[in-house]
Amino acid sequence: MDIIKAIEQEQIRNDLPHLEIGDYVKVYLKVKEGNRERLQVFEGTVIAKKGEGLKETFTVRRISYGVGVERVIPVNSPRIDRIEVVRKGKVRRAKLYYLRKRVGKSAKVKEKLVSKNKAVETE
Amino acid sequence: MQKFILGKKIGMTQIFKEDGAVVPVTVIEAGPCTVVQKKTPENDGYSAVKVGFEDVKEKKLNKPERGIFLKANVPPKKYLREFRVDELEKFEVGQNITVSDMFEAGDKVDVSGISKGKGFQGVIKRFGQSRGRMSHGSKYHRRVGSMSANTNPARVFKGKKLPGHMGAEKVTVQNLEVVRVDGERNLLLVKGAVPGVKGGLLVIKEAVKSGK
Repeated sequence: MDIIKAIEQEQIRNDLPHLEIGDYVKVYLKVKEGNRERLQVFEGTVIAKKGEGLKETFTVRRISYGVGVERVIPVNSPRIDRIEVVRKGKVRRAKLYYLRKRVGKSAKVKEKLVSKNKAVETE
Repeated sequence: MQKFILGKKIGMTQIFKEDGAVVPVTVIEAGPCTVVQKKTPENDGYSAVKVGFEDVKEKKLNKPERGIFLKANVPPKKYLREFRVDELEKFEVGQNITVSDMFEAGDKVDVSGISKGKGFQGVIKRFGQSRGRMSHGSKYHRRVGSMSANTNPARVFKGKKLPGHMGAEKVTVQNLEVVRVDGERNLLLVKGAVPGVKGGLLVIKEAVKSGK
């Protein structure tokens, strides 16, 4: 068992920010086109996190040209260049699948306002 | 040269490739194996090497078993297996065989092991047959179907699929790709699942049908 843990530990990335459900994020993904590699930004709301350790994934949802697009991204994928958390979301559940049925304003997640004192503490 | 090694199943995990693809892998603790005996055409009528894997306390073996290792002057091993080889000169009694000697990433291998025992099972689980309707007046649920025709042949053919013991038999999975070889920790990572329980003995050989 320890061997498996060691193999998994080697691949876990610690350089990415911690994501929480409801966060609005910008994920910079490395995309290969022929021989060229460029960065593609996928931005949206984190609506789910699944698995743990190496196998953990998160789902980002966005509305693109009026169509809902979801992307499941492994947290430890080497294809992620960096992740920016644009704003924190105020949510009360672990999976935001209810957003799929909503359109317009009701499909938005409220921003979580962190008091300055607390923000200083966590930094 | 024919490639082979003995190993122990550790378990499964996943590996990220450079391009981000996730590969499911089985981690095998493979080797080091020790050559215990060489079988020569002059002596035995065929050429092969007998290798031992995994150290064991001497008192765990009985006298005849101990004799094998005494003769070869190697430490006692838990498992002994024979592999047919053509180039017998490459091996010597007492020589250690490690994974990095034998395999490298990208190789195709066949992995054999003893599958998990399932006990006495019906035809649906054992042979993948279909079940009958569970409701609407059906009285035929998970039973064996027709045994045979009545007048002709008027008997049940040999090999008719019937309930019985399932699993705990030798199973070989062919053409698994070697994803990574870790010589330091004696690990072999192959793509996909292999038969048997964690800790079970595995025989890893070069693939017979690799298409080369």
